[in-house]
Amino acid sequence: MRIRALALRIVRQFIRDRRTIALLFLAPLLVLTLMYFVFNGQSVKPDLATIGIPAEWHSKLEQAGAKIEPYSSLPEAEADLRKGKLSAILSTEGNRFSVRLEGSDPSESKSALLLIQQTLQSDIERDLTSSAWSAKLDISYEHGEGRLTSFDSFGPVLVGFFSFFFVFLLAGVAFLREKTTGTLERLMASPIRRFEVVFGYLAGFGVFTILQATLIAWFSIQALGLYMDGSFWLVLLTNLLLSLVALTLGTLLSTFAGSEFQIIQFIPLVIVPQVFFSGLFNLDAMNPWLQKLSYAMPLYYGADALRGIMLRGEDLPDIQIDIYALLAFSIAFIVLNMAALRKQRAF
Amino acid sequence: MAERAGEKTVRSNRTDDPVAAIELLKVTRSFGSRKVLHEIDLAILRGELFGLLGPSGSGKTTLVKLIAGLDAPSGGSVLLLGERMPNRRVLGRVGYMAQSDALYSELTGKQNLEFFASLYGLSGARRTERIASVMKLVDLTEHLNKPVSAYSGGMKRRLSLAVSLLHEPELLLLDEPTVGIDPVLRQSIWTELLSLRDKGITIVLTTHVMDEADRCDRIGLIREGRLTAVDSPEGLKRASGASTIEEAFIVLGGGTRA
Repeated sequence: MRIRALALRIVRQFIRDRRTIALLFLAPLLVLTLMYFVFNGQSVKPDLATIGIPAEWHSKLEQAGAKIEPYSSLPEAEADLRKGKLSAILSTEGNRFSVRLEGSDPSESKSALLLIQQTLQSDIERDLTSSAWSAKLDISYEHGEGRLTSFDSFGPVLVGFFSFFFVFLLAGVAFLREKTTGTLERLMASPIRRFEVVFGYLAGFGVFTILQATLIAWFSIQALGLYMDGSFWLVLLTNLLLSLVALTLGTLLSTFAGSEFQIIQFIPLVIVPQVFFSGLFNLDAMNPWLQKLSYAMPLYYGADALRGIMLRGEDLPDIQIDIYALLAFSIAFIVLNMAALRKQRAF
Repeated sequence: MAERAGEKTVRSNRTDDPVAAIELLKVTRSFGSRKVLHEIDLAILRGELFGLLGPSGSGKTTLVKLIAGLDAPSGGSVLLLGERMPNRRVLGRVGYMAQSDALYSELTGKQNLEFFASLYGLSGARRTERIASVMKLVDLTEHLNKPVSAYSGGMKRRLSLAVSLLHEPELLLLDEPTVGIDPVLRQSIWTELLSLRDKGITIVLTTHVMDEADRCDRIGLIREGRLTAVDSPEGLKRASGASTIEEAFIVLGGGTRA
């Protein structure tokens, strides 16, 4: 009898809370669909630059699944390799045969190398008899010297993700509590300006996000030995901007939540899709039109910048687009936050 | 007849009266198609202790929020201390206490007061002096450094009142200040309110407790979003021929005598 009453009450509560029901049924479908697109898309084709390679090898490599881009000069190809446009350069130097791999994504480098070795093995051996080529492939890496582990490669993304995730949750819940306990109303009954509320929150949380960003970056690089080729200050700057976006987004979304429970519900809707698009998974395998979705995700820019800095030693000019994007997100969310405060006070 | 008596009082106070602390002119508020307040006309004098009396759901809180500037009327206008609302500056001269205590429970009483004092621009020695003064007033001086989470319900209510008094407001807006409070504490809060009134502070409070209404200088009766009568407690009783406010409320509110 009591069990029945309890069960009935829970069912009734659920029916009342439409958003929870929608989440319960639709969120798993959303996440599964995303996973389908991430893991089940087109196969990854390594981009190979070739210089002075016999034309017959081109078609062989293409048949094996590589995308061939002939270059006329080595420095030109190397510049594109550094920018991450290419997976590898295949070139000849005298009678030596060399492969230069991009290296910041170990799995991508590995598959490119494997493809080259398997496709051309017989040719290299055959040519050996005429002594046109040396038997040994000269392998070199643009980034990471071939020592990068999987953790080195997705570590930078995780560094950004955790800053983003925890600040988002914390800011969302803190602002929500301000609303539910009535302190926000009391705040708005004082002569405070709306922008002062928003910037006060930014400053207060800012202190802790700086500490958190520093700690996460320091720990993963120094204690866990995450591969680090760039400037620590840039990592810090990126992490901080990412936290700023998380903070402003968290407070903004909390105005649409009535309880802590509803803040948690934003995780599968806001956080999980961003993880898929952040670069943890190779997006080259995804449907091209779906790939474009990543441009709407703050975490994508943060992760892109962090990877660039830590794996490829990129400097400020290389990551400036990411920095601007994160700043633009923050400013947009700040403005929206100020607008949302109108719900609390009419002016 | 009774209604006319109420309206007469209102009219006499209107038209740019310099002694009016609050003037509401044909104030209407609707949420969607639901009208919560219907063309409220009301003038509250400076130094007056004014009670808004009505059952829950009658629109009292909505009216107080409109006066406090937290909500905007759908029609009509609100004048607060001579300034047309919305006006951010005038909020610094108003003290507001909502139904909920609205305190930060992790912080101590003192930290709460320091925070709200800063919002009203109080700092330094003046802030310290004001905090000491309001805490003495609500008899919480010895609990200044305790976290609010350790306060009892009554203590929180008193601290909340102290917060609204910090900046020495000219006008005090209190939404159900004594709800859920034991009789002894209620008595002490009323003593404080009356002494604040005697210092010249205008006080507007909402209540649904009839004997509290008796202590106000004037009462406005609210029912289903309409101000049905405004007069002194004596005046209301006289107009309705009732011996208690409760009876007067039933007669003037449009209900039938029990």
